Amino acid sequence: MRVLLVDDETEFVSTLAERLAIRGIDVDWVTSGAAALEKAEMHSYDLAILDVKMPKISGIQLKTYLHERCPDLKFIFLTGHGSEQDYRTASSEAGVEAYLVKPVHIEDLLKKMNQAVSKE
Amino acid sequence: MKRLKPAFWDYRAADSGSFKSLFNFRRIWKLAVILTACVAIVPLIVLAIVDLNVTKHSTEDQITLRISKLVSNTERTVSFFLEERKYALHFIVKSNSFEKLIVKRNLASILESLKQTIGGFTDLGVIDASGKQIRYVGPYDLEGKNYRNEEWFREVLERGLHISDAFLGFREVPHIVIAVKHNLPDGSYYVFRTTLDTERFNKILSQLERTEKSDVFLINNQGIIQTPTAYHGDVLTKLALPVPAYSDTVKVVEYNNVDEKLLTVGYAYIKDSPFILMIIAQKDELMKSWTSTSLVLVSFLAVSITLILLVVVGVATRLVNEIYLADQKRVMTLAEVEHSAKLASIGRLAAGVAHEINNPLAIIGEKAGLMKDLLSLKDGNIEKNKLTGLADAILASVDRCAAITIRLLGFAQHLKVSVEMVDIKEIIDDVLSFLSKEANYRSIEVKVDIPENIPRFVSDRGKLQQIFLNLTNNAFAAMKDGGHLQIQARIKDEGHVSIAFIDDGCGIAAADLERVFDPFFTTKKEMGGTGLGLSITYGIVQELGGTIDIISELGKGAWFTVTLPIKRKYQEA
Repeated sequence: MRVLLVDDETEFVSTLAERLAIRGIDVDWVTSGAAALEKAEMHSYDLAILDVKMPKISGIQLKTYLHERCPDLKFIFLTGHGSEQDYRTASSEAGVEAYLVKPVHIEDLLKKMNQAVSKE
Repeated sequence: MKRLKPAFWDYRAADSGSFKSLFNFRRIWKLAVILTACVAIVPLIVLAIVDLNVTKHSTEDQITLRISKLVSNTERTVSFFLEERKYALHFIVKSNSFEKLIVKRNLASILESLKQTIGGFTDLGVIDASGKQIRYVGPYDLEGKNYRNEEWFREVLERGLHISDAFLGFREVPHIVIAVKHNLPDGSYYVFRTTLDTERFNKILSQLERTEKSDVFLINNQGIIQTPTAYHGDVLTKLALPVPAYSDTVKVVEYNNVDEKLLTVGYAYIKDSPFILMIIAQKDELMKSWTSTSLVLVSFLAVSITLILLVVVGVATRLVNEIYLADQKRVMTLAEVEHSAKLASIGRLAAGVAHEINNPLAIIGEKAGLMKDLLSLKDGNIEKNKLTGLADAILASVDRCAAITIRLLGFAQHLKVSVEMVDIKEIIDDVLSFLSKEANYRSIEVKVDIPENIPRFVSDRGKLQQIFLNLTNNAFAAMKDGGHLQIQARIKDEGHVSIAFIDDGCGIAAADLERVFDPFFTTKKEMGGTGLGLSITYGIVQELGGTIDIISELGKGAWFTVTLPIKRKYQEA
């Protein structure tokens, strides 16, 4: 499983990536929407884990762009606070498999990741 | 007294917090009472005064008419009395020859006949041209008496008739004399005279219908009383009142007597005599019926006014109290809604803070998770530096959380009322620190322009925080992502500082501009707008003694300017 991890908090995204790597998952991490689009141009991914709120390009916008480029890509959203509005927006999006509120338990995330990828 | 005092009496608008009562109840009550009482009572008083005046004048007219009639009738009676006797004398001299008259027996017989028929005759006398009384029948010895030099004798010769004033005869009884001149065919003449007692006069006058304390009598043209009076002195004394001016007709005049009491005087000059008929009455006695009627009217008026005042005061108190209670309810409702709005805004603030805290918490979670992963999943050699690095990152995140909570606590503390020396820049930075993340995510550029010369001044920090937070939130809500907000402070004049919030958001339609500060006015109902944000802000700015203005155009952003007074002392705030 090749995963693209996008969050504007460097400390968070890098550590989470390292923890997923320890568990044998092939993870690329970036801290902005623009960098994520660049990565997606270069590599193909099975799953993208996106933070909802990010400067310039938000997680929702990024998902739309990525979905246009790779229709098979699955998405999991992460958010700092689980507002009703965010949840509704995120879960109504096509291809969104899960919506998790930070801080996330790695086991929950792994479970959701596996579920998302196994749907293929 | 305390029980009678209505609830609104001691109410002061200042007690009601940020939502003030719209009314000055005491003023409304006073106005209602005065206006209603005036409208109800003034016409009543005017009507009563007009009525009293009309009835007074009409009563006075009636009195004048009554007295005039009485004077006129009495004058006719008195005149008739004198005429009758005058004609009797004329008849005697015309139907009897001089020679016959001077025979004592004849004259005595005529006197007897007169006494028995007409009455009032005391004596009879015949006076020749030289003034000598050549024949006399009566109770006195007056035969041979010469009247040549008497005033009355000269008058008879000139006018052919004389009627004397009253005088006391030898019997101390008032008398009057009537004398007529009779010309003889040979050119000579003689005078025929009689003395009348005034008893008959008095009888005529005393028989008249009179009101209490009124008087009917005769005076002569020197003001000497000729017939008995009830209140105005004895016969042949001078009347205290002036002799009324001569008039051919009956007159009614008013005099002030010695007791300063107003007298109504009706009088008539009796033709061919020295007499003036006087009818005198005390005006207040004549007006008695009017006075008692007007007393009833005035009492009724007083009772009516008292009743009207009681009803007006009662109704006004009740109505104003109802308005007061309704207004209190309105104020309470608004305060409740304000409280809910405050809670909702705290909720939004909490959500923002939760998000901010969740990020470092997520980092802590991940770092700790990684440490655990390293310890449990990796075999043996874990670099010490790696663990130290992870622990440091955890500590840094903890510090970040602590900083947020400290800032939040500080903010919450200032939401309470606290008058202190404030620094506008500090408060704006404080407010913006909570919104910087949102600004960052939404790519909103916030530019703060607060020059160094803006002084610190005394104000309520919590209220200023609320004003700035509301205006910033408002601007954020109006702007799309990538908008621009400029916050600038300027010294407006010596005593005022103005803080402008200029956004390039959706703006406000000209038609809505006047209503933006009205409670519950919102254009964002479907987006959860309560319409209270700007209304509350407006209230708070007013509480601080400032003003808030808005310039905006639909699609061209909005420019809110808060102008606050620069107070240097705590007492001013």
